[in-house]
Amino acid sequence: MNDATTEQSEHSIRTQVREWIDANWDPDASLLDWRNKLIDSGWGCAAWPKEWYGRGLSISLGDAVDDELRKAGAVSVAKTGVRMLAAATILEHGNAMHKGKFLRRLLTGEDTWCQLFSEPGSGSDLAGLTTRADFDGENWVLNGQKVWTTSAHHAQYGMVLTRTNWDVPKHQGMTYFLIDMNQPGVEVRPLKQMNGHASFNEIFFTDAKIAPEFMLDKEGNGWKVAMTTLAHERRLSDGLRSWGKSEKGEGRIYEELRVEIASVMEPYKWYPQRAGRVDLLIERAKATGKYDDPTVRQAIAKVLMMAKAAEWTGRRVKAAQALGRPPGPEGSLGKLAGSQVARLAAQAHTLIAGNDALLTGDDGALGGIISEVLVSTPAESIAGGTDEIQRNIIAERSLGLPKEPRTDVDRPFRDVPRNTVTE
Amino acid sequence: MSFTFSNEQEEFRLIVRRFMDDKSPRTEVRKLMDSEQGYDPTVWQQLSVELGLPGIHIPEAYGGQGFGFVELCIVLEEMGRALFCAPYFSATALAATTIIHAGTEAQKCALLPGIASGQTLATLALSETNQDWLPANTELSATPAGDNYLLNGEKSYVVDGHIADLLIVVARTPGSTGNNGLSLFTVAADATGLNRRLLKSLDPTRKLAHLTFKQTPATLLGELNTAGDMLPPILDLAAVALASEMIGGAQMMLQSALDYAQLRMQFGRLIGSFQAIKHKCADMLLDVELAKSTAYYAAAAAAEEAPDLPAVASLAKAYAADTYMKSAAECLQIHGGIGFTWENDTHLYFKRAKSSEVFLGDPNYHRDQLVLRWEN
Repeated sequence: MNDATTEQSEHSIRTQVREWIDANWDPDASLLDWRNKLIDSGWGCAAWPKEWYGRGLSISLGDAVDDELRKAGAVSVAKTGVRMLAAATILEHGNAMHKGKFLRRLLTGEDTWCQLFSEPGSGSDLAGLTTRADFDGENWVLNGQKVWTTSAHHAQYGMVLTRTNWDVPKHQGMTYFLIDMNQPGVEVRPLKQMNGHASFNEIFFTDAKIAPEFMLDKEGNGWKVAMTTLAHERRLSDGLRSWGKSEKGEGRIYEELRVEIASVMEPYKWYPQRAGRVDLLIERAKATGKYDDPTVRQAIAKVLMMAKAAEWTGRRVKAAQALGRPPGPEGSLGKLAGSQVARLAAQAHTLIAGNDALLTGDDGALGGIISEVLVSTPAESIAGGTDEIQRNIIAERSLGLPKEPRTDVDRPFRDVPRNTVTE
Repeated sequence: MSFTFSNEQEEFRLIVRRFMDDKSPRTEVRKLMDSEQGYDPTVWQQLSVELGLPGIHIPEAYGGQGFGFVELCIVLEEMGRALFCAPYFSATALAATTIIHAGTEAQKCALLPGIASGQTLATLALSETNQDWLPANTELSATPAGDNYLLNGEKSYVVDGHIADLLIVVARTPGSTGNNGLSLFTVAADATGLNRRLLKSLDPTRKLAHLTFKQTPATLLGELNTAGDMLPPILDLAAVALASEMIGGAQMMLQSALDYAQLRMQFGRLIGSFQAIKHKCADMLLDVELAKSTAYYAAAAAAEEAPDLPAVASLAKAYAADTYMKSAAECLQIHGGIGFTWENDTHLYFKRAKSSEVFLGDPNYHRDQLVLRWEN
């Protein structure tokens, strides 16, 4: 399709969406009624296939549709949270039964989902997981433990990656299921972090059951399906940020939406502190008088340099993408830069806080915000792939350095040395 | 603010790169760094006539190419990458920029065409004693003598000061202090009372001179007693230019490290397959790419005369200096013993990184300036 055609169709699609919104948008509707109407219209997720609530549009035209909804202040389908990871995975690997059963309730927000991948014994090495699923002639029976699961305490369903074959190499013995979380044998416990928050859960499976039809793709193809889920994680985190803004407005639907947003965002409320609160540095330094200390200014400068350099690198990457240029190695660096910014920011905040860095909560600097920075930033270099794993990926994929010889992929998983989890 | 180079700019970069690959191989760098003159007049002539590089950012009205600061920075990045030995930074980045910003219309017409054509080698003489690069520390005095002035005092660490035909000298009206009473003067290379001595520079690819002035006749450049205001923005532009040169060298250090990591075998494996080396390389990439982003942002800010240029210039200078030094040190480390030999080229870049780190203000100075100039 040439540019002129694309532009023309984007223009006409935007017009169609606006007309539909004008005719249908009602801020006093219930959230559920509105979302069902939006789903039926095909504008709720226009980039999805026509047979599943969409219009088969390209991603960029789908974004244009969302943009029109946003501009009109119209509430979107429940596009965020782990739900969209589940949706993307089900769309790509699920059958008609899966799509029929799960997609609509996921888009209306009635169902919450969680992702059950990480385990205490396999963090960076996801493919080393040992949660087992054994077929008992009728059902798959799950035993094992998952961890770092967001929203599991109010999720109806989970995407769970399990080991079903121990006699083949690790990547070939995994199977992906959709599991009903509300059943005996699934225990959800909040996991308290070093900063006092409990944003995640531990999940214990003890003979939990999954009917065979809730296997996604084939037995042994779990790794491939999991890669689809993980590929959508970045888009999810972008979505979270843009969603938080569309919550203003008056009417019944906005009140219901605010409750939903508060619930989804609850686990993430300390994330700004995790990133280091670079925005507070100079203001805090001036307020405490530490601005006059040249060693403090050095510490602040190191943070600002890294933060601005990372921001500008992000803009450089986007600008190059917009021009259709091939991606360079700079696109893979954001995460590593972010964890360095966070670490440097925590150091600078400590210098600025002085003795108040000894305190926390109401007694701490800035009502505890600064102490939360100090005890939250360590997560930045671990969550979503440790710095060390990032460096391996950058070195091997972006720089083309040779892979480390491996001793875990050339033999049955049964024979691979692994952690033993004590209970 | 633009973050990508246009297709024309990318083509221009390739032209400069090809010229550098052709004219500045390491054998040539080694030959020139051992010479007193420090450059090859034939290559300088080609650079001037074929590519017009000395006048790249000089307006066409003054005989230049009329491009902007971004194009100047592209040239410098490529020169830094090739470790090109020539009086380019001194003449174009320092002297021409100073004249463009501080000179009168008549002076621009008189002085810039010579620099643009490559016929006049020029430089800026700022620093004196072993202190810093602050104009306020100027002691060299300028006393009126008829229509002209007489200079007395010393300048040091003057880039290409031993070969420059035209010296732009920062001097002080006697009795003034700080940033008051500072002016710029031009001095001809053959002026009376001028003594020039080539210094032994740690980085032999950047030649430095010590200058003494005894009753040396000089011509005022621009307005009397205004250099205290004129120089800071000029030095910001020079810092951006130097940052661009540095990222070219840093990129070369990363490439050299990667090449060696994929060539050198130890313990039956390429050393690049060890995480100890991989992680170093990944960190180098992070530093180099982020430094490039700051230099590119700063070049765009300089071209657009953006209000945040003072902070951004210091940021880019400090970031590039840290990155170049670290990249050179890590490249040397990855090479191991061979990296410490004279025969290996790493030390040429290591020394350029060191001279760039100190030249025009060290990273601590620029970090401090960054915070003090930050506006939010």
